[in-house]
Amino acid sequence: MSAPTIIMITGALVGASCGLVGAYLVLRRLALMGDAISHSVLLGIVLVFAVTGSRAPLPMAIGAGAVGLLTVALVAWIQRTGLVKEDAAIGLVFPFLFAIGVFMISRFPTTVHIDVDAVLFGEIAHVPLYRLELFGRDVGVQAFWTLGTMLAVNLVFVGFLYKELKLSTFDAGFAAAVGMSPVLLHYLLMGAVSATTVVAFDAVGAVLVVAMLVVPAATAQLLTRNLPVLLALSMALGASSAVIGYYLARAIDGSVAGAMATTLGLMFLAAYLLSPSQGLVAMLARRKRQRQNFLRELLIAHVAAKPGGVDITSLDRDFGWARATTARAIRDARSQQRLHLNDEGVLTASQGT
Amino acid sequence: MALDFLGLDITWDATLRNVILGSMILGLTSGVLGTFAVLRRQSLIGDALAHAALPGICIMFIVTGTRSSELLLLGGALSGLVGTAVLLAVTRWSTVKQETALGIVLSVFFGFGILLLTRIQHSGDSAQSGLDRFIFGQAATILPRDVLVMSIVATVAIGVVVLLFKEFKLVTFDPAFAASIGMRPDLLGAILAGLLVLAVMIGLQTVGVILMVSLLIAPAVAARQWTTSLSGMVLLSGAFGMAAGVAGSVTSSLVDRLPTGPMIVIAASIIVIFSLLIAPRRGILSTWRVRRIRARQFRAELALTDHHGVTRS
Repeated sequence: MSAPTIIMITGALVGASCGLVGAYLVLRRLALMGDAISHSVLLGIVLVFAVTGSRAPLPMAIGAGAVGLLTVALVAWIQRTGLVKEDAAIGLVFPFLFAIGVFMISRFPTTVHIDVDAVLFGEIAHVPLYRLELFGRDVGVQAFWTLGTMLAVNLVFVGFLYKELKLSTFDAGFAAAVGMSPVLLHYLLMGAVSATTVVAFDAVGAVLVVAMLVVPAATAQLLTRNLPVLLALSMALGASSAVIGYYLARAIDGSVAGAMATTLGLMFLAAYLLSPSQGLVAMLARRKRQRQNFLRELLIAHVAAKPGGVDITSLDRDFGWARATTARAIRDARSQQRLHLNDEGVLTASQGT
Repeated sequence: MALDFLGLDITWDATLRNVILGSMILGLTSGVLGTFAVLRRQSLIGDALAHAALPGICIMFIVTGTRSSELLLLGGALSGLVGTAVLLAVTRWSTVKQETALGIVLSVFFGFGILLLTRIQHSGDSAQSGLDRFIFGQAATILPRDVLVMSIVATVAIGVVVLLFKEFKLVTFDPAFAASIGMRPDLLGAILAGLLVLAVMIGLQTVGVILMVSLLIAPAVAARQWTTSLSGMVLLSGAFGMAAGVAGSVTSSLVDRLPTGPMIVIAASIIVIFSLLIAPRRGILSTWRVRRIRARQFRAELALTDHHGVTRS
């Protein structure tokens, strides 16, 4: 397999994994928790490295996952004291943990290779170099195994707890009333987010993880209101951004992770403007149409209230609308056969209007 | 010249003086402005703003090829403003919620910034050395000139707060009333966001885009625990910010290879932890003590009523 293919598949696996758990983050209004986790995970990675001295994926995932959950618990705890609001609590916890992480990196001997750039932006270009050996045999690219496993775990998690997640996301009170535990589900989901973040981290770094968690889900949310469709769409958008992003990065000779985030941004922009149901263009068109319908009905009601009809020249005085607006309303009403204009310029309403 | 500072030997040279001055100015400005951001529950807007500055810095470099911090920071401020505008447009004209919009703006703008930054680095332009200093901040690169620019920007920002203090106070606590007496809450909100951009500009060189948010939030949250008056909170928050700036920059100068930005953030976080714990009345220890006393009183009263069989059910 060629290096570009490996990089694109890696990115696509990250996109699919993050897109799935990210959809729940966005729906549960926890987008910024994803941001916080992806930053504080740095501390977990550094701590595990300080203790074990290795960069093996499993201990890293466990350590970083633990710090991710610690972040969630700390934010919840600070909020519960009632002294700090939620947004500020998030903004207190993750920079602190991240700063400790950077501080610890600066204490490592200079020969040690954990460089902050790699943590932030990932080293997806190096992914093809790391291969997994099992029982002395080369079994393929390491990232495929770690990311593939993570995707499978996420799919199983969402598949088994689909009903529970759905209910606790949209009606936590009812979920609790029928015997589910929204708190447990919350921490399970946060655990999944933390683990996904860590596994994706090596490949794409902290910043792209946030983009992959939040942007595909938000884009999908603009395009559909159906949960299964939303989940599938979010995964597909995440995965396809990896492929497009790779070519973008190659075209302008820049970071692959940065290009993927940029691609996701463009996808969101497109959905924001052009989504058939909620896009800005559709919304403005709908508003315009509603305004026209309203003006037409107003005009018809006005004319219908006058048995002798209304002289068209008096409409300016009655309504004070712009000439074009009046003309448009008259045209709409006439095309529906609900108003008639005779040769003397008098408008009359049809029977039954 | 060596200065005996708390029994520690630190070399009081020009670099260190610039770093300490820069950190103090930053702490003061972000402390003062952070107060309003935290009270208006918009503290994480600073995070999105700071991240959104990166592409502007890179574009300014690509267009002008300059290395001067002022111009680069001006580019950063402009794209920070664009980021704020995108944030407002997305939350206003779509069903996307504010926290999601914040996540989108900060990750996409930052990712785009990284794309441009790596492009500049790969192009082998030797002048690019140092653009990445804005990511984590590199206080050692602060020149006397930068300190001058920072103090001018800080004076403008704090001057506006002083002049519009009454208006800011009213829109922070009662925007509806403010609107009813003829103030413009949206305009004042936009001015506050613009001032946040100024604070971020001061902070990019010292703590960088990623950790900037901490300096907007931490001093204000700490100050909130000690006082209930807005003016008291603004002053205290500014003082905490300055203290964190000095503590962080001095510590990082004492130890080799210790980054300034993270040390300032750690110092600010320690101030918050202490404030949350020991602040009188509101603090965790204080409420815990009051609760224990109340529980004891309640048990005593319960014991009396229990005598009459009231609590047995």
